[in-house]
Parts: sequence; structure tokens; C-alpha cells
Amino acid sequence: MSSRQVRLTINGREYSGDVEPRKLLTDFLRDDLGLTGTHVGCEHGVCGACTILLNGEPVRSCLLFAVQSNGATIKTIEGLAPNADELHPLQGKFWELHGLQCGFCTPGILLTAEALLKEIPNPSEEQVREWISGNLCRCTGYQNIVTAILATAKAKNSPQS
Amino acid sequence: MKPANFEYHNPTTVAEALDLMARFGDQARPLAGGQSLVPLMNFRLVRPAHVIDLNGVNGLNYLTVVDSALHIGATTRQRQLEKSVIVAQDWPLLRDAAAFIGHIQIRNRGTVGGSLAHAFPSAELPIVMVTLGASMILRKQTGQRTIAAEEFFVSFMTTALEPKELLTEIQIPAPPVHCGWSYQEVSRRHGDFALAGAASVVAVDTNGRITHGRLTLTGTTPIRARSVEESLLGEKPSEALFQTAAQRATQTLEQDSDIHASAAYRRSACTVLARRALAQAAQRSAISMKGTAR
Repeated sequence: MSSRQVRLTINGREYSGDVEPRKLLTDFLRDDLGLTGTHVGCEHGVCGACTILLNGEPVRSCLLFAVQSNGATIKTIEGLAPNADELHPLQGKFWELHGLQCGFCTPGILLTAEALLKEIPNPSEEQVREWISGNLCRCTGYQNIVTAILATAKAKNSPQS
Repeated sequence: MKPANFEYHNPTTVAEALDLMARFGDQARPLAGGQSLVPLMNFRLVRPAHVIDLNGVNGLNYLTVVDSALHIGATTRQRQLEKSVIVAQDWPLLRDAAAFIGHIQIRNRGTVGGSLAHAFPSAELPIVMVTLGASMILRKQTGQRTIAAEEFFVSFMTTALEPKELLTEIQIPAPPVHCGWSYQEVSRRHGDFALAGAASVVAVDTNGRITHGRLTLTGTTPIRARSVEESLLGEKPSEALFQTAAQRATQTLEQDSDIHASAAYRRSACTVLARRALAQAAQRSAISMKGTAR
């Protein structure tokens, strides 16, 4: 089968590669580009570990073929923190409030939460739970994940804290 | 590599897509949001030789009102149903049901046409389209036909679509004046596949009598409770009326058993959901009526 060229922007950087059409975007990110922060869990759209932001919207990267991302702008977990020495506010709160245990689901949850806070800067607990319902976590019971997301929103909306 | 090899096509116009469908027929699968097709391909349960990606096709993604009917382009994302002001205004049943489809990450990609063409028994949009009296526009290289939602769903995951045809548009007529709506569903967790679902639209007149009633339940294909709908006309809404209607609508309802739920459980859940759907729709219609009387 003929391979196709894909050009796209990931975390502000241009990437290109030749892919077989059947190659999933998750595998392209991880195996071809070395961006292994995007995790592979169920590989059929259930667990949410592979969640990325495609043109700003959280989507499952295991349900997209890499060839479909031609021309797209993508953000993966590697692009969340502002630089190598500083955490993104969400990452800071997850660290501070124990919003993770094994960390496998964390990249997907952080990107979902990033999109949530962009759309709804001051979400209710119910809204947080609705948004992250598509991301399975088998360690935490979600309690501290919800707390950390709410705390990020609060810190962002109150200038002196 | 998980999916089997395939040839990838990315047409940019509907005509080009139809040409490809005509050329490859049942060797091809149209790819819309991919939220059902790609999992099946990842498991190699489906191995199309050709994948025709509709995501780059211009003029298939829209929500517009034409002569007070809602026209939905087939690749309109499910999330757009939730965010659209016109949907919320006149077809809120569509918005409410969309919120039950998987999760936000799924609805950002999943399309209206894709869900309907996939015709999964527990899916939300099929029973909603039957309830709203929608029509499906099916196109192929050599022509176009319109088919009622009720006739579109043929059997388990099977629609009236021919191998060379594409579902390109869904048309939903204007809602009855002052109608109320309700979407009800039971699943293990929110976002899971529904074990049972019910959709209803009810309208009452100034005397509080029912002038329009629709009720559709999940099954192998959407099950419209036609005789029950007729029995509601001219009646005044009451708990007893809807209880009887729900029982009649579901007493011989055909349901399937699987590891998630038995047929008996699904039937019983449908009875409860049907009653709630009718009662809530009638109540919303009455509220809408009062709002204008004031």
C-alpha cells in the first residue's frame, strides 16, 4: 500500500512524515515522532489515555488515522508546560493535590481539563465530572483529580493566590 | 499496525465521494467521525479495502433552517448539536439526546450521519430521528432519494443504504406548536451504551388536551409506539394515562438479551422510561402553553 506524506504542527513545531494510511495517529506520535507522552490504553476509544487536542478540541488519537491529521494543529502533553523547568498550572495543582497515582491516565486528563477550562473558565464540580467522564482512571477514584481541576480554575480566577 | 491494509481516499466534493462509492461499492467504507468504524477496524472486525474519508468533503457539515425545517449535513459533529442555538430553540430533543452520546471527546469527532448510518441498536440519534419524523437524503452517482427515518432502519446495524449510496443530509420538520420533549436513557454509567432508551414529543392545546404524541423506544431498530401515540390524542395528560400508555407500548416489546442486560430487564426499563418520557414531554408542553397565555 502506498504511503502518504503528512505535515502537521504539534506543540508549535512543524513535523512531517510518511505513513501508511492504516497507521493510527497515536502510533505516529509515539513511534515515528517519539512523543511518547500520549498513552495507549484500550486502542478502541474507551479509556481516553490517548486524548490529544486536535485544533483545540479533545479527541481520541487512537480513533484517527495519522493521514487524517495532515494540516492539523495538535497539542500533546509534551506541549502543555510553558518550558522544561516550569509546570503548567494544571500540572502544578495535580502535583500539589495528589491528582494522580500511577500517572497513566494523567496526560489525557490534563489535556481534557485544559480544553474544559478554556471553554468554561469557572466550571462546577458537575461540569468537571462530565468532561473527564471520558477519561478512565483506575487508581484515584477521581476525587483529587476533580479537586485539582477546580483548584486550578479558582487560582486562575482569583488574581492574588 | 492494528487495522488491516486499505487504500485511503480523501475526496473534497460530494460528487467526487459519490464517484468513489460508485467505483468501489461494497469494497469501500465511508469514514465520517470514525468513532464506531475505527474501533471495528482496530479489532479487524471490519476490513474495508478502500476507506473514503468524508472529513475533507466541502458542504457536508452544516446546520441550517430551510422553510422552518432543520437540515443537518451528514458530517456535522454531534457536539455541534449540543452547542447550536437553533437546535436548542426548536429541536431541544436533539440537544438533550446528543449529551448522552459517549463523552465530549467522542462527540467532538462523532458525526450525526455516521451514527445514523451505523445504526447501532442502543444509539441515541436513531430513536430521536424517528420521534422527530426526520427524512434521510441518500445520494449516489446516478441520483438521489428521500426516505423516512422509520424506513431507514431495517434491522440490526442495517439501514436502507445501498452499497454505492451515501447519507448526505437529514431533514427534520418544524416542531408542532408548543410541544414538549423528553429523552430518557438507562446505562450503567453516563456515557456507556444505553441498556434502554425512550424519546418523546407531546403537544397539548389550550384546553390541555393532547394534539400530538410521539414515542420511540430502543430495540434492534427504533420501535415507534404508533398505536399508543394514537390513543393519547384528545386525552388530558395524567400519571394514569401515561402509565397505561407505557405499559401498552412495552408489554410485547421485542428486546435482545446480552451480557449487559436481559430482554426482560430491557422491557421493564423501557416501560419506566416511556412513562417518564411521556410525562415530561407533556409537562414541558403545558409550561410552554402557559408561557404564551401570560
